[in-house]
Amino acid sequence: MQTLDNTSRRSFMKIAAAAGGGLFLGFNWTNASALPVVVDAKAVVAGSVSFNSYLSIGTDNIITIISPNPEIGQGIKTAFPMVIAEELDADWKLVKTVQGNLDPGAFERQVTGGSGAVPHSWERLRKAGATARHLLVEAAAARWKVPATECTTSDGKVYHKASGKSAMYGELAEEASKLTAPKDVKLKDEKDFKLIGQSVRNVDNHNIATGKPLFGLDFYREGMLFAIIQRPKAFGYKLKSVDSTAAKAMPGIVDVVTFENSVAVVGKSTWQAQKARQALKIEYEKAADLESSSDHARIFTNLLDNGEATVRRKNGDVESAFKNAAKVIKAEFQCPFLPHSPLEPMNFFAHVREDGVELVGPTQTPDRARGEVAKLTGFSPEKVSVEITRQGGGFGRRLAADFVVEAAHVSKLVKAPLKVVWTREDDMTGGIYRPAVRYRFEAALDKTGQLIGYKLRGVGMNAGNSTREDNFPSGAVENLLIDSVDHKSPITTGPWRAPITNFLAYAEQSFLDEVAEAAGKDPIQFRLELLEKAKKAPAGDVKYDVDRMIAVIKLAAEKSNWGKKKGVHQGFSVYFSHRSYVAQVGEVVMEKGKPVLKNIIAAVDCGIVINKSGSLQQVRGGVVDGFGHAMYGNMTFKDGTPDQSNFNGFRLIRMNEIPEVDVHFVDNGISPTGLGEPALPPTGGAVANAFYKATKQRLRNQPFIEEPAFKGIS
Amino acid sequence: MALFKLNVNKRAYQADVEGDTPLLWVLRDSLGLVGTKYGCGIAQCGACTVHLDGKAVRSCVLPVSAIGTGKVTTIEGLSEKGDHPVQKAWDEVDVAQCGYCQAGQIMTAAALLKEKPKPTEDEIVSGMSGNVCRCGTYHRIREAVKVAASKTN
Ligand code: FES
Ligand code: FES
Repeated sequence: MQTLDNTSRRSFMKIAAAAGGGLFLGFNWTNASALPVVVDAKAVVAGSVSFNSYLSIGTDNIITIISPNPEIGQGIKTAFPMVIAEELDADWKLVKTVQGNLDPGAFERQVTGGSGAVPHSWERLRKAGATARHLLVEAAAARWKVPATECTTSDGKVYHKASGKSAMYGELAEEASKLTAPKDVKLKDEKDFKLIGQSVRNVDNHNIATGKPLFGLDFYREGMLFAIIQRPKAFGYKLKSVDSTAAKAMPGIVDVVTFENSVAVVGKSTWQAQKARQALKIEYEKAADLESSSDHARIFTNLLDNGEATVRRKNGDVESAFKNAAKVIKAEFQCPFLPHSPLEPMNFFAHVREDGVELVGPTQTPDRARGEVAKLTGFSPEKVSVEITRQGGGFGRRLAADFVVEAAHVSKLVKAPLKVVWTREDDMTGGIYRPAVRYRFEAALDKTGQLIGYKLRGVGMNAGNSTREDNFPSGAVENLLIDSVDHKSPITTGPWRAPITNFLAYAEQSFLDEVAEAAGKDPIQFRLELLEKAKKAPAGDVKYDVDRMIAVIKLAAEKSNWGKKKGVHQGFSVYFSHRSYVAQVGEVVMEKGKPVLKNIIAAVDCGIVINKSGSLQQVRGGVVDGFGHAMYGNMTFKDGTPDQSNFNGFRLIRMNEIPEVDVHFVDNGISPTGLGEPALPPTGGAVANAFYKATKQRLRNQPFIEEPAFKGIS
Repeated sequence: MALFKLNVNKRAYQADVEGDTPLLWVLRDSLGLVGTKYGCGIAQCGACTVHLDGKAVRSCVLPVSAIGTGKVTTIEGLSEKGDHPVQKAWDEVDVAQCGYCQAGQIMTAAALLKEKPKPTEDEIVSGMSGNVCRCGTYHRIREAVKVAASKTN
């Protein structure tokens, strides 16, 4: 397995052609019903763009699959090829995967975000593999003069049992490439999957463990310069004046340039540029209101009380329900900003030349990067190339293209190839954040403990809608009102892993725990009763699959031995997001008077599990991320200036703080859905509800560590 | 600027840099050894961990002038073929998600096992807790250290 850079990718194509053919299969990522087309290798090399991705089988038996989607740690570069290899009956040892560069003419949806790549491509990938297999069988049958129906395949070979003949795919590839692709190709019965569902190791393991240059920050080129950029120190400031005399005189400094509100120090090494930046004398002036985190509770509460809310969902008559209620429960939940903190900070290489732009680096949205750079430089998008590197995490931060545009900006001004490098401080303070938000929930119970009314109002930030109004318990409550108000903040916000739901799910699931308690019901039983209602007498549209949700709830209850463990305080949570269903049970134990989260049991329905090893880790990693940020994550601002700037001030979870995470997948044969995000949202609620059982104190705000329940405990 | 002679991965190198340049940036920008990663620059995350005379150090806060004749080992030099027991365990356990922190994790683990070939679970956890993994691969890191320990004598 190896990653090929741009040049070697080109030569790989050439080699494939020179080797006298082999089978090139273009398949369409856009349209599941589009026919895969077999083309001859030469046509591909000649620059045909009518195919959306390429699978090639070399005469050396090596099967190469180009994976177009950015790899940020979600395992796509292993999972995609597995699906193709499954239908192809390939020998996995002979499969090589290659990261594709941006090529909108050839690929569709070259985006990593929304846990959407696998659901988007599942059918297409399978058809691509199955079509190639079909052609190889046809080629073998023709060569042996036997009926194709008598041939079988496995481990990269075609067999004809009766005659005892067999041939490797590589031997057949050239003949196969001359055949016409079938209109319709039969996919395997899922029961016959051999590779899908197995644990397959990350295809880049060896490169990672030996320190090979894989990441954007590892990209170097002869003569390349390094740029460190000073951005305004506070959100709401703009540049007034710059004195760069001292910085320019520092060793290794080539130039200092100013654009928009940024000052870029360009030097011969990262360190020299970093040091020279400290010698800049910059004055700023206030250009907008300056926001402080300490004002959020007041601002948000005011908006919840008096803001003009947009109705998101309305069922029944909420007013009467609350008027007639025997009991009303009300709670509010608030969270702070969060930086994404991918361990590889933002960086990008750009070379703005006379005839076009070359971009290399880590981006979740290469096409957006291209578009914005094209706009900046005045080139047409075709003149802007984007090479996608492996990325040291993304968490949504690399969906923006600001850092790519910056690189192009500086390269254009300096007229040199260069890499913009963000220090950790830049990454944490100059960025885009998970917005701080606040939710108000109200529930009305009748005398028998039935949930007869439900209200949710969210204050979002720069986002319009913060509510996900069609999620559970919508559909299960007759009288319901969900609305939202937006707060415009000068602090830039954007998607953060599991946007909105990364906090909303915790707030909602904590609230439902409170409601269940007020109703005198077991929290799991309470949810199951609501789901029964959603099924039998739905209130309005039900936009989640009730049965799938019930199944994960039951599985989590069973695997956690719910309610039956002595000395263990259990908390429950379930959430539907990114097409997947995840239920979790948090388990807290008191140790020396301190509540300690020991375990999380997760029941996951993401349809068919493609790579067991990768999927298991996605869930564990999502839980660790969800717990870590709910517990410790706190990014605050004073007058627009970040209070935290590095990992000494902003606390990330470490190994000594993790719970054990026990993962169970539902086996239901449904086409795979997302997994990069769905494990995260339910974690906060499961944890908060378990802590409540142990301490009798509700956790209403994040980070938990700042809540009264944890004061005096570290 | 001054010329510093360095011994990295048993090879002699020279770097013409200022004395306060952290070893991390000398490795990456001057010597082309990019396996050692930058994560925080203030000794908080461990991504930049290398060995100096066999001990794990944070190269982001180690000025090149402080190294003298010390022998530096980076991830590229941990083993010749990438078959150090820790590297093998990392593959066997399939630790990496994004992979960015893992060079630092591996170097920390290798130094830990050199000092304590049979660490207890607590020793593994305390030895590895200085290294951040933003993807949250901690369970597997812990497991891989155990696997590596079981295979070294
Ligand atoms: S980069 Fe050195 S410890 Fe983080
Ligand atoms: S694997 Fe991504 S930071 Fe550790």
